[in-house]
Amino acid sequence: MTIVQAAPPVVVRRGRASRREALSAYGFISPWVIGFVGLTVGPMVASLVLSFTDNNLVSAGGTSFVGLDNYQRALFEDPLVVQSLKVTTYYATAAVALDLVVGLLLALLLNSGFRAIGAVRTIYYLPAAVSGVAVSLLWLWIFQPSGGLANELLSLLGLPELNWVYSTTWVIPAFVLMSLWGVGRSAFIYLAILQRIPTNLYEAAAVDGVGPLRSFFQITVPLVTPAIFLNLVLGLIGNFQSFTQAFVISEGGPANASLFYTLYLYRNAFRYFEIGYASALAWILFGLLLVLTALVFRSGRRWVYYEAGGPGDRTA
Amino acid sequence: MTASAVVLGPRPSGRWARRLSAVIIVAGVVAVLLPLAWMLSTSLKPESQVFRSPIEWIPSTFRVENYSEAVTLIPFWRYALNSLIVTVPVVIGTVLTSTAVAYAFARMRAPGLRPLFFLVIAAIMLPAEVTLVPSFLLFKELGWVGTYSPLIVPAWLGGGAFNIFLLRQYFLTIPREQDELARVEGHSFLSILLRVIIPQSWPAISVVAALTFVDVWNDFLGPLIYLTDQKLYTLPLGLNFYKDIYNTQWAHFMAASLLALLPCIVIFFLAQRAFTQGVVLTGRR
Repeated sequence: MTIVQAAPPVVVRRGRASRREALSAYGFISPWVIGFVGLTVGPMVASLVLSFTDNNLVSAGGTSFVGLDNYQRALFEDPLVVQSLKVTTYYATAAVALDLVVGLLLALLLNSGFRAIGAVRTIYYLPAAVSGVAVSLLWLWIFQPSGGLANELLSLLGLPELNWVYSTTWVIPAFVLMSLWGVGRSAFIYLAILQRIPTNLYEAAAVDGVGPLRSFFQITVPLVTPAIFLNLVLGLIGNFQSFTQAFVISEGGPANASLFYTLYLYRNAFRYFEIGYASALAWILFGLLLVLTALVFRSGRRWVYYEAGGPGDRTA
Repeated sequence: MTASAVVLGPRPSGRWARRLSAVIIVAGVVAVLLPLAWMLSTSLKPESQVFRSPIEWIPSTFRVENYSEAVTLIPFWRYALNSLIVTVPVVIGTVLTSTAVAYAFARMRAPGLRPLFFLVIAAIMLPAEVTLVPSFLLFKELGWVGTYSPLIVPAWLGGGAFNIFLLRQYFLTIPREQDELARVEGHSFLSILLRVIIPQSWPAISVVAALTFVDVWNDFLGPLIYLTDQKLYTLPLGLNFYKDIYNTQWAHFMAASLLALLPCIVIFFLAQRAFTQGVVLTGRR
């Protein structure tokens, strides 16, 4: 009897406590909610609407709906969109592929327990801390055809000198080389996983007479596939949005050979003030990245190996 | 045969394998440091010796004056101050708001909180280009174009999905019993955050602070779009603005660029553990 009577107040109190907890939770996340609605969802909707208009900040006269005209123009009539997609895909593919392979090899070397390896790792990671305009200017100097470090090294090796960022052929390889400088970043992601592979796996394999090449492909590679996957997704998304180096070093040239997609979008939006068209370009990029990411995720189910309790289980 | 063992197992075995890996590691270190060493070397040469071939790594005449001249040839300190005016409030806002938001997602229960967290993860993947143009129009409408507000205010609204995610993951590693004990003692959620969570989370918080500093200090696209008055330019914008004027004065240009990088290099060495940890925690680039 007394127990039954005692029960309701407890429930009420817990209800009130959880309501208070919910209210403070909403309070804590409110800055993010405001930002997400005001600076992400709102602008996204606005951008989608704008992409169906001929909004142009400089032309007189109002804005009118033009349906899919912007998309049709971008995908079928504007040769510079095709060019920028070509250039960006070329750059992103080469940069990501090199990053994946060299990053893994570097991580394997760094995982080898040498003395002073801590200092060495720090140095490899240094390029990640320095980026942007100052670094772009450094590489602009490195790639100067006369007096630049790149050509000095080539001539030291007895190789012909190149025009690097002033050549339609070499401007993208030059940027890829520049991106390879930051390979330490992905090596660190590999390292985190490599360090968790128990050595006895390799010892057992050696006892069973498995050669080093086979144990690399059958032990190491499967176990680092989550890191390969992460580096692949982040690398694709990041490199497809490259902007600063093309803006500062080559200004999209020569002859649009380094017209990265984001650079072309920037020009349309902030140099020609073609707001409607630039919005359509942004949504095309977004769609492209969505499709790419979805493809990588789908294929990932087949080639990414997750241990139970491994990093793949921790995402949420 | 031993050589191939170098890269195959987790640990190279055999003397030659170890020697070869050591050689490759050192060669890699040289390759990473070479551009920076060249930058330093160029910055200390008289302009007339910059183009000398073969390269003089150690200048035959040191010219330290390049630095004092570089900071007057362009309004360097003005730009550096502007960069600080933007970077410091962004770092503070990012740390404060992302900590609060991450705490709620890690520890509190409320209807709708889980789906909202999935939106945070989705927002990480969102390319900034999609919101670039309409955000510009919004800030133009607010009269903020040409001021620092579009660069600073967004940082106070959650501090970025990535940082929220990183901090939440870190908070989850702190045993829950500690908060529950504090709850029983009658502490509010805010006081638990301040007394229990934050004191144990400095590694993650310094990751967020250091990475944000470097990101914002180096940011180019944001200032490029929003800053119109040359007097308000940040360092990246200022350096780029003088690019053509400087193109023939590489020694001075490299001196200025190196000075611009210095805060990031210093922060990197101070917080190098935080940096490398941050990569491991988030895979951020």
